[in-house]
Amino acid sequence: MNFIYKTVFLLLLVTSGVSAVAEPSPNLGNTPMESDEVFKDFGGKPGLVAIMDDFMVNLVADPRTKPYFDNEKQTYIKAMLVEQMCELMNGGCTYPGRDMKSSHTGLKINRAAFNALVEDFQLAMDKHDVPFRSQNKLLAKLAPMYRMIEEK
Amino acid sequence: MQCSKKICLSFLVSSALASTAVMADMSASNKLLLTGGVSQVEGAAGGGLTPWAVIGGYGTNDEIGANVHYTYAKTGDYKLDSYGVTFGFYDRFELSIAEQKFDIGNLRNKVAAGLGADVIGRDTLDQTIIGAKLRVFGEAVLDADTWMPQVSIGAQYKRNHDEKFIKSAVIGAKSAEGVDFYVAATKLFLDQSFLLNSTLRLTKANQFGLLGFGGAKDDNYTPQLELSGAYLINKKLAIGAEYRMKPNNLRSPANAALFGGQNVVNLKEEDAFDIFVAYAPTKNVALTLAYVNLGNIATVAPVGANYGTQEGVYLSAQFGF
Repeated sequence: MNFIYKTVFLLLLVTSGVSAVAEPSPNLGNTPMESDEVFKDFGGKPGLVAIMDDFMVNLVADPRTKPYFDNEKQTYIKAMLVEQMCELMNGGCTYPGRDMKSSHTGLKINRAAFNALVEDFQLAMDKHDVPFRSQNKLLAKLAPMYRMIEEK
Repeated sequence: MQCSKKICLSFLVSSALASTAVMADMSASNKLLLTGGVSQVEGAAGGGLTPWAVIGGYGTNDEIGANVHYTYAKTGDYKLDSYGVTFGFYDRFELSIAEQKFDIGNLRNKVAAGLGADVIGRDTLDQTIIGAKLRVFGEAVLDADTWMPQVSIGAQYKRNHDEKFIKSAVIGAKSAEGVDFYVAATKLFLDQSFLLNSTLRLTKANQFGLLGFGGAKDDNYTPQLELSGAYLINKKLAIGAEYRMKPNNLRSPANAALFGGQNVVNLKEEDAFDIFVAYAPTKNVALTLAYVNLGNIATVAPVGANYGTQEGVYLSAQFGF
């Protein structure tokens, strides 16, 4: 019996380990890219961190997005965004955060605010010379999340 | 012009009392750059020649947007001046009015020389177009994870102001007014930075309606396909091409008698296409430069001779509020 328990336990461990590598984080919000080409255009993780720093500066400076970001959670949100973007771009990260719906519930984000955030993100990516095509490849992963983020 | 539902309603009700604070709020533009298309030649939001499924203006789903446009096209024998205004309501409904002035001075002179009489008697043909468009479903820009396009239906009521001439023997149109109906599907393939549009139009219009509606050859609605493709080079710049099929309703031999059997005004209508560059330096301005080929419009030529192709330049400027 002990042997069987051990075997089952080991099998579970192995299969869960395999699936953790193959499956994206459950709360990621979209499937990751198949290659890390775009991630390289973002300058890898250091580049992504620098872009997110500027992104947050833009979000707080923009009156359309300021109400959602001008608070004590900035550092946490930035860290989560880095992990999420990194995983979406197949950069070898694991997004540990909440799903897109519950993390935005009650914020009453409308299309105008959603698009404003995209614009602020584009400005940050422009500043760090991310090629336009690569910007759009990441935006294509993020844009459909409006369905989970916006509240009427 | 953009504003929240509440502010807009109060603005519309008492526009004269609009405060500067309200005006400042209205100048916010919350749709992404160039995603509202530009004003096409008939006034709807789209490419240069074809209406797209997008709703004009930079207003989002709880805002109203508007823009004005001026378009100038010059081909070998003709010139077209067009201006108008386009309103987008809540990214759902679009209303447009456009006024077109078609310069036929060259044709007038050639016909007068051939006939020895000034039968055209005017240098321009004028037309008013009132357009409406309703977004039925889809989100052309944000639904990047599906193939589902944004789909809209639309209608364009066209009234030609030179009824007597376009229904005369020289042109032979059956009517001076008509309504085009269309369904348009637009999809931005965001990961490829590429936009595709396909529009199916039911129409009787001869040369967009500038030569009236219906003719001796055909006086029925026919389906015409219009295609656009655009590649986004960056946020502000797009290049693309369009193809627009047109009916061929007018019967040219009908006017052979006018020229004693030696010359005809060849009215064979052909498809149009363009190659364009659209540039939006800011959200308030969009400039379009295009090479346009409208095919034959009306050529005075000996019977059996080749007709002319009208190709040239197309310039359009759009200003949003």
